[in-house]
Amino acid sequence: MAAIPNEDIVKAIGDKFADAVTVIGEPYGLLTVESGREQIIDLLTFLKTDPSFKFTFLTDITGIHYPEQEKQIGVIYHLHSLTTNTRIRIKVFLADGDVHIPTATVLWEGANWMERETYDFFGVIFDGHPDLRRILNVDDMTAFPMRKEFPLEDPNRVDKKDFYFGR
Amino acid sequence: MSDIQLVDAPAGVEGAGFFATSLDKVIGIARSNSLWPLPFATSCCGIEFMATMASHYDLSRFGAERLSFSPRQADLLMVMGTIAKKMAPVLRQVYLQMAEPRWVMAVGACASSGGIFDTYSVLQGIDEVIPVDVYVPGCPPRPEAIIDGFMNIQELVKTESLRRRNEPKYQELLAKYGIQ
Amino acid sequence: MQNHPVYTDNDPQSELSTLNLGPTHPATHGVFQNVLQLDGERIVSGVSTIGYIHRAFEKIAEHRPFYQITPLTDRLNYCSSPINNMGWHMTVEKLLNIQTPKRVDYLRVIVMELARIADHIVCNGVLGVDTGAFTGFLYMMEQREAIYEIYEEVCGSRLTTNIGRIGGFERNFNSRAFDKLRAFLKSFPKTLKEFEGLFNRNRIFVDRTRDVAAVTAETALSYSWTGPLLRAAGVDYDVRAMNPYSSYEDFEFEVPVGDNGDVYSRFLVRNEEMWQSLRIIEQALVKLDKEPGDIFHADVPEFYLPPKEEVYNNMEALIYHFKIVMGEIPTPTTEVYHSVEGTNGELGFYLVNDGGRSPYRLHFRRPSFINYQMYAPMSRGMLLSDAIINMSSLNVIAGELDA
Repeated sequence: MAAIPNEDIVKAIGDKFADAVTVIGEPYGLLTVESGREQIIDLLTFLKTDPSFKFTFLTDITGIHYPEQEKQIGVIYHLHSLTTNTRIRIKVFLADGDVHIPTATVLWEGANWMERETYDFFGVIFDGHPDLRRILNVDDMTAFPMRKEFPLEDPNRVDKKDFYFGR
Repeated sequence: MSDIQLVDAPAGVEGAGFFATSLDKVIGIARSNSLWPLPFATSCCGIEFMATMASHYDLSRFGAERLSFSPRQADLLMVMGTIAKKMAPVLRQVYLQMAEPRWVMAVGACASSGGIFDTYSVLQGIDEVIPVDVYVPGCPPRPEAIIDGFMNIQELVKTESLRRRNEPKYQELLAKYGIQ
Repeated sequence: MQNHPVYTDNDPQSELSTLNLGPTHPATHGVFQNVLQLDGERIVSGVSTIGYIHRAFEKIAEHRPFYQITPLTDRLNYCSSPINNMGWHMTVEKLLNIQTPKRVDYLRVIVMELARIADHIVCNGVLGVDTGAFTGFLYMMEQREAIYEIYEEVCGSRLTTNIGRIGGFERNFNSRAFDKLRAFLKSFPKTLKEFEGLFNRNRIFVDRTRDVAAVTAETALSYSWTGPLLRAAGVDYDVRAMNPYSSYEDFEFEVPVGDNGDVYSRFLVRNEEMWQSLRIIEQALVKLDKEPGDIFHADVPEFYLPPKEEVYNNMEALIYHFKIVMGEIPTPTTEVYHSVEGTNGELGFYLVNDGGRSPYRLHFRRPSFINYQMYAPMSRGMLLSDAIINMSSLNVIAGELDA
């Protein structure tokens, strides 16, 4: 089947969710929409089960941090419709201090570790996740390392003198 | 018939019908040509170690084809690849489980110094947790470099005193790492 | 896996033992830990712990200019570095709207397919070792050395290749590279045939792998599996065919699929993919003859570093060199997702750019990470020895798993 035109998806989403889901743009042909966390599971379910779209494949879940925004933490979903070869990107932004979002593990088993990774890096709490623990970093870590304020290098290093590096 | 080379005899006193040398040297020669390595392969360098073990480079030419996956029986700990901070206690545990005499070889930039991964999660060189005898540079080192590092270990093994672990210098080194 | 009875704590005869498999276990081929509850030899439950070589790639990438991220991608799936390198280059080219010449595309295809063969050699060879046959591994590793020698002619490096640049290659292929490639195309089919002869109908191998860890297509899709694992379960999803990149649409090749997703089908799918890769390389060599032989990069002076002699002798080149290195060339503020068919599945690069010299955020969709999460659930009810074989056929690469 041929790829679904982005306008059709935008129209269908508009009919179903009205203003709750807004279109951000389509960079390089990939439709990008923004949703609130209240609608996200409904939206994902709709895209997954709608017979003309069938976005049945969860490509990826990841996060992003914009410190200067009011809603700092973003969660980004990439879905893929394997039957029509169409992709869609969905963004949800969350305010720091209230980083709760419902889990997508109810729709895809594979969301489990992707959400754990997002939690590990950005501290996003996926409500209803069966096993929300750190996955890559050590368990007793308290910070969320992919947030922009976290330094790349280990701040506790003593062997690395600045003057060796011209700083 | 292939060209079989024997190890050169150590320095000693030779006369009619006898040859005398020190026990250290004999044992050293024997040990250096039958080291049992424990491959502690975590990442890219481990793949190059695979090439070192395989037919093309063939580490068994140096008497080290018998990999010992049990630390208890291993002589040489070959640390190949990045050691993250999460992994460091495991590495130390493996080192502690090895029996004397034991040698350690840090293969590759990551094991030697952290390499390009100067980050919060990577140990900046395994010598922060265990003493190291030979460092092999490269990211990853070519199999030739790994073999060269191995030959350096052999040289160490050959020339070392049997009582190395009783030396104050060695005791001091271990104490620095908090190892009894 | 559905066929095995599962014993629980309530079983009066059960006496469960705990086995810590990993993080440094010879059978795990990498640093992953699985704490297994065993009833005799049967696995009752398992908990996977990963992150033992977490190196913070994505954090480093936020601090590096685009061209310095290539060496990081090398170290993701280090068994097939060129695919990662070129996947990254193509992502940046997509971001910057750079059109690469056909010859660059074909050269890339050759290197990427060689990388696919090299990776499958390791995976299938090691699967043989785990089922008790060392010979096949040694035969195949010899051929992998031949591939590494071709890499060496192209970029000077064996494993972590850092091959190519944004826009094409750092230098043209020399004639020795083509000679070695032709020699490889001649000798490898013999080895692969011999390898298949050793395994495909081998009674011990088939008994050990057939119906072990079978996965249905629905389960595989629900776990977002891609690559040979998904294809072994019968879904013909291949990025090269579905969303062709680097002129894959010019090539004729088949996407092999298996029937029930067990270890044996995965083995067969990988073997067949090696044959298809050979076919693609042969076609690429024919196509290359028709292209002008001196083009090896796109004409994008503002992103492609000029040769060093030019920098010293040519004012324009010096300016471009300075601008590229100092990151003074504006890039679009946007986001891009590009995926290539890595050896383990869809290798995706999600790049958010803010116009600076380094990405604002770079996320790798790492197939090993996503494929491996099914390991613990699918091991339930399996024999321990089967779980080991299952792990080696998943071909989980620790660098890609932990990023």
